[in-house]
Amino acid sequence: MSLHIDLEKKQTVLLVRLTGELDHHTSEQLKTKIEMELEENDVIKHLVLNLQSLSFMDSSGIGVILGRYKQIKKRNGEVIVCSISPQIKRLFEMSGLFKIIRLEESERNALETLGVA
Amino acid sequence: MNRMKLSFSALSENESFARVTVTAFIAQLDPTMDEITEIKTVVSEAVTNAIIHGYENDPNGEVYIEVILESDDTVHIIIKDEGVGIPNLEEARQPLYTSKPELERSGMGFTIMENFMDVVEIETEVNKGTTVKMTKYLSKNKALFN
Repeated sequence: MSLHIDLEKKQTVLLVRLTGELDHHTSEQLKTKIEMELEENDVIKHLVLNLQSLSFMDSSGIGVILGRYKQIKKRNGEVIVCSISPQIKRLFEMSGLFKIIRLEESERNALETLGVA
Repeated sequence: MNRMKLSFSALSENESFARVTVTAFIAQLDPTMDEITEIKTVVSEAVTNAIIHGYENDPNGEVYIEVILESDDTVHIIIKDEGVGIPNLEEARQPLYTSKPELERSGMGFTIMENFMDVVEIETEVNKGTTVKMTKYLSKNKALFN
Protein backbone atom coordinates (compact mmCIF):
# COMPACT_ATOMS: atom_id res chain seq x y z
CA MET A 1 0.00 0.00 0.00
CA SER A 2 1.40 3.36 -0.97
CA LEU A 3 0.34 6.98 -0.92
CA HIS A 4 -1.33 8.80 -3.78
CA ILE A 5 -1.04 12.59 -3.65
CA ASP A 6 -3.44 14.75 -5.61
CA LEU A 7 -2.56 18.46 -5.77
CA GLU A 8 -4.85 21.26 -6.90
CA LYS A 9 -4.28 25.00 -6.80
CA LYS A 10 -7.20 27.31 -6.07
CA GLN A 11 -5.96 30.91 -6.08
CA THR A 12 -4.09 31.29 -2.76
CA VAL A 13 -4.88 27.76 -1.60
CA LEU A 14 -3.02 24.52 -2.21
CA LEU A 15 -5.50 21.66 -1.90
CA VAL A 16 -3.94 18.25 -1.23
CA ARG A 17 -6.01 15.06 -1.33
CA LEU A 18 -4.33 11.99 0.14
CA THR A 19 -5.22 8.39 -0.69
CA GLY A 20 -3.57 5.38 0.97
CA GLU A 21 -1.12 5.27 3.85
CA LEU A 22 0.98 8.07 5.32
CA ASP A 23 3.97 6.66 7.19
CA HIS A 24 7.72 7.31 7.38
CA HIS A 25 8.23 5.78 3.93
CA THR A 26 5.57 7.88 2.16
CA SER A 27 5.86 11.09 4.21
CA GLU A 28 9.05 12.03 2.34
CA GLN A 29 7.11 12.05 -0.96
CA LEU A 30 4.44 14.30 0.51
CA LYS A 31 7.04 16.70 1.90
CA THR A 32 8.84 16.97 -1.46
CA LYS A 33 5.65 17.48 -3.49
CA ILE A 34 4.22 20.22 -1.27
CA GLU A 35 7.59 21.96 -0.93
CA MET A 36 7.99 22.04 -4.72
CA GLU A 37 4.54 23.59 -5.17
CA LEU A 38 5.24 26.22 -2.52
CA GLU A 39 8.60 27.09 -4.06
CA GLU A 40 7.14 27.48 -7.54
CA ASN A 41 4.05 29.41 -6.44
CA ASP A 42 4.64 32.41 -4.22
CA VAL A 43 0.92 33.19 -4.41
CA ILE A 44 0.02 30.16 -2.28
CA LYS A 45 -0.72 31.11 1.32
CA HIS A 46 -2.93 28.34 2.66
CA LEU A 47 -2.85 24.56 2.71
CA VAL A 48 -5.94 22.33 2.84
CA LEU A 49 -5.39 18.63 3.50
CA ASN A 50 -8.28 16.39 2.56
CA LEU A 51 -7.76 13.10 4.43
CA GLN A 52 -11.00 11.41 3.40
CA SER A 53 -9.26 8.51 1.59
CA LEU A 54 -6.30 8.23 3.94
CA SER A 55 -6.58 4.73 5.41
CA PHE A 56 -3.59 4.88 7.77
CA MET A 57 -1.36 7.47 9.41
CA ASP A 58 1.28 7.29 12.14
CA SER A 59 3.51 9.83 13.88
CA SER A 60 5.58 10.34 10.72
CA GLY A 61 2.43 11.91 9.26
CA ILE A 62 2.23 14.24 12.24
CA GLY A 63 5.85 15.24 11.65
CA VAL A 64 5.38 16.03 7.98
CA ILE A 65 2.18 18.03 8.63
CA LEU A 66 3.93 20.02 11.39
CA GLY A 67 6.78 20.76 8.98
CA ARG A 68 4.34 22.13 6.36
CA TYR A 69 2.55 24.15 9.05
CA LYS A 70 5.86 25.90 9.78
CA GLN A 71 6.27 26.76 6.08
CA ILE A 72 2.71 28.04 5.73
CA LYS A 73 2.99 30.08 8.91
CA LYS A 74 5.93 31.98 7.36
CA ARG A 75 3.50 33.06 4.61
CA ASN A 76 0.97 34.15 7.25
CA GLY A 77 -1.37 31.45 6.00
CA GLU A 78 -3.41 28.70 7.53
CA VAL A 79 -3.37 24.89 7.44
CA ILE A 80 -6.78 23.17 7.47
CA VAL A 81 -7.52 19.44 7.55
CA CYS A 82 -10.87 18.05 6.52
CA SER A 83 -12.78 14.77 6.19
CA ILE A 84 -10.66 13.12 8.85
CA SER A 85 -11.44 9.61 10.17
CA PRO A 86 -11.97 9.02 13.92
CA GLN A 87 -8.71 6.98 14.08
CA ILE A 88 -6.59 9.73 12.55
CA LYS A 89 -8.43 12.38 14.54
CA ARG A 90 -7.28 10.59 17.71
CA LEU A 91 -3.64 10.95 16.64
CA PHE A 92 -4.12 14.66 15.95
CA GLU A 93 -5.69 15.13 19.38
CA MET A 94 -2.97 13.14 21.13
CA SER A 95 -0.24 15.32 19.64
CA GLY A 96 -2.07 18.63 20.13
CA LEU A 97 -2.13 19.42 16.41
CA PHE A 98 -5.60 20.99 16.60
CA LYS A 99 -4.12 23.86 18.61
CA ILE A 100 -2.46 25.09 15.41
CA ILE A 101 -4.34 23.34 12.61
CA ARG A 102 -8.02 23.97 11.97
CA LEU A 103 -10.40 21.06 11.47
CA GLU A 104 -13.28 21.35 9.00
CA GLU A 105 -15.89 18.74 8.23
CA SER A 106 -15.61 18.80 4.46
CA GLU A 107 -13.37 20.09 1.69
CA ARG A 108 -16.16 22.46 0.66
CA ASN A 109 -16.37 23.94 4.16
CA ALA A 110 -12.60 24.34 4.29
CA LEU A 111 -12.44 26.11 0.94
CA GLU A 112 -15.43 28.32 1.79
CA THR A 113 -13.77 29.60 4.96
CA LEU A 114 -10.77 30.58 2.84
CA GLY A 115 -13.00 32.29 0.29
CA VAL A 116 -12.09 30.10 -2.69
CA ALA A 117 -15.03 27.65 -2.87
CA MET B 1 -0.24 -20.16 22.95
CA ASN B 2 0.62 -19.32 19.35
CA ARG B 3 3.78 -17.58 18.19
CA MET B 4 5.39 -16.12 15.07
CA LYS B 5 8.78 -14.60 14.32
CA LEU B 6 9.82 -12.42 11.47
CA SER B 7 12.90 -10.45 10.45
CA PHE B 8 13.56 -8.08 7.58
CA SER B 9 15.99 -5.45 6.26
CA ALA B 10 15.81 -2.00 7.87
CA LEU B 11 14.18 -0.39 4.84
CA SER B 12 11.30 2.06 5.09
CA GLU B 13 9.32 0.19 2.41
CA ASN B 14 9.07 -2.72 4.88
CA GLU B 15 7.12 -0.64 7.44
CA SER B 16 3.84 -1.36 5.70
CA PHE B 17 4.78 -5.05 5.29
CA ALA B 18 5.41 -5.27 9.06
CA ARG B 19 2.06 -3.66 9.96
CA VAL B 20 0.09 -5.87 7.61
CA THR B 21 1.87 -9.09 8.62
CA VAL B 22 1.50 -8.56 12.37
CA THR B 23 -2.19 -7.65 12.11
CA ALA B 24 -2.85 -10.62 9.79
CA PHE B 25 -1.42 -12.95 12.44
CA ILE B 26 -3.45 -11.33 15.23
CA ALA B 27 -6.65 -11.47 13.13
CA GLN B 28 -7.28 -15.02 14.38
CA LEU B 29 -8.18 -13.56 17.80
CA ASP B 30 -10.89 -11.51 16.09
CA PRO B 31 -9.84 -8.06 17.34
CA THR B 32 -12.09 -5.02 16.82
CA MET B 33 -11.37 -2.54 13.99
CA ASP B 34 -10.06 -0.05 16.55
CA GLU B 35 -7.71 -2.65 18.03
CA ILE B 36 -6.40 -3.49 14.53
CA THR B 37 -5.72 0.20 13.86
CA GLU B 38 -3.99 0.62 17.21
CA ILE B 39 -1.77 -2.42 16.64
CA LYS B 40 -0.92 -1.31 13.10
CA THR B 41 0.06 2.11 14.43
CA VAL B 42 2.29 0.87 17.26
CA VAL B 43 4.06 -1.62 14.96
CA SER B 44 4.67 1.21 12.52
CA GLU B 45 6.07 3.42 15.29
CA ALA B 46 8.44 0.81 16.72
CA VAL B 47 9.66 -0.39 13.30
CA THR B 48 10.19 3.20 12.13
CA ASN B 49 12.21 3.91 15.29
CA ALA B 50 14.36 0.82 14.64
CA ILE B 51 15.05 1.93 11.06
CA ILE B 52 15.62 5.67 11.61
CA HIS B 53 17.14 5.73 15.08
CA GLY B 54 18.39 2.20 15.76
CA TYR B 55 20.07 1.66 12.40
CA GLU B 56 20.23 5.32 11.30
CA ASN B 57 18.82 4.28 7.92
CA ASP B 58 21.46 1.64 7.25
CA PRO B 59 19.61 -1.03 5.21
CA ASN B 60 22.11 -3.68 6.32
CA GLY B 61 20.40 -3.59 9.70
CA GLU B 62 17.88 -6.28 10.56
CA VAL B 63 14.57 -5.64 12.36
CA TYR B 64 13.14 -8.53 14.39
CA ILE B 65 9.49 -8.98 15.33
CA GLU B 66 7.98 -11.63 17.54
CA VAL B 67 4.27 -11.89 18.26
CA ILE B 68 2.79 -14.16 20.93
CA LEU B 69 -0.94 -14.78 21.21
CA GLU B 70 -2.27 -16.19 24.45
CA SER B 71 -5.50 -18.12 24.87
CA ASP B 72 -6.98 -15.36 27.03
CA ASP B 73 -6.75 -12.92 24.06
CA THR B 74 -3.58 -11.26 25.27
CA VAL B 75 -1.22 -10.11 22.50
CA HIS B 76 2.51 -9.61 23.05
CA ILE B 77 4.52 -7.81 20.36
CA ILE B 78 8.30 -7.63 20.62
CA ILE B 79 10.20 -5.43 18.18
CA LYS B 80 13.98 -5.51 18.34
CA ASP B 81 16.95 -3.90 16.63
CA GLU B 82 20.67 -4.39 17.10
CA GLY B 83 21.46 -0.76 16.44
CA VAL B 84 22.91 2.18 18.33
CA GLY B 85 20.61 2.06 21.37
CA ILE B 86 19.05 4.99 23.23
CA PRO B 87 21.47 6.94 25.48
CA ASN B 88 18.72 8.66 27.50
CA LEU B 89 15.55 6.57 27.59
CA GLU B 90 13.61 8.83 29.94
CA GLU B 91 14.12 11.77 27.59
CA ALA B 92 13.22 9.66 24.53
CA ARG B 93 9.89 8.66 26.11
CA GLN B 94 8.78 12.27 26.63
CA PRO B 95 6.00 13.41 24.29
CA LEU B 96 7.31 15.59 21.42
CA TYR B 97 10.95 14.77 22.19
CA THR B 98 12.98 13.82 19.13
CA SER B 99 16.68 13.34 18.62
CA LYS B 100 16.21 14.08 14.92
CA PRO B 101 14.16 17.28 14.52
CA GLU B 102 15.86 17.93 11.18
CA LEU B 103 14.05 14.87 9.80
CA GLU B 104 10.69 16.34 10.84
CA ARG B 105 10.12 13.63 13.42
CA SER B 106 7.17 14.50 15.65
CA GLY B 107 8.54 12.86 18.79
CA MET B 108 5.20 11.13 19.37
CA GLY B 109 6.24 7.50 18.74
CA PHE B 110 6.58 6.27 22.34
CA THR B 111 3.59 8.35 23.48
CA ILE B 112 1.41 6.66 20.85
CA MET B 113 2.70 3.22 21.87
CA GLU B 114 1.88 3.95 25.51
CA ASN B 115 -1.60 5.20 24.62
CA PHE B 116 -2.53 2.34 22.34
CA MET B 117 -1.07 -0.59 24.29
CA ASP B 118 -1.66 -1.73 27.88
CA VAL B 119 2.02 -2.36 28.72
CA VAL B 120 5.13 -0.91 27.04
CA GLU B 121 8.59 -1.94 28.22
CA ILE B 122 11.77 -0.73 26.58
CA GLU B 123 15.18 -2.31 27.03
CA THR B 124 18.09 -0.49 25.46
CA GLU B 125 21.85 -0.46 25.58
CA VAL B 126 24.12 1.91 23.70
CA ASN B 127 25.76 0.16 20.72
CA LYS B 128 23.82 -3.05 21.44
CA GLY B 129 20.32 -2.12 20.41
CA THR B 130 16.77 -1.61 21.58
CA THR B 131 13.91 -3.99 22.33
CA VAL B 132 10.34 -2.74 22.68
CA LYS B 133 7.96 -5.18 24.39
CA MET B 134 4.30 -4.30 24.17
CA THR B 135 1.23 -6.08 25.50
CA LYS B 136 -2.40 -5.54 24.63
CA TYR B 137 -5.39 -7.18 26.27
CA LEU B 138 -8.02 -7.43 23.55
CA SER B 139 -11.41 -6.04 24.56
CA LYS B 140 -13.01 -9.48 24.82
CA ASN B 141 -11.04 -10.11 28.01
CA LYS B 142 -10.53 -6.51 29.12
CA ALA B 143 -13.09 -6.75 31.93
CA LEU B 144 -10.80 -9.22 33.71
CA PHE B 145 -8.01 -6.68 34.02
CA ASN B 146 -9.93 -3.51 34.81
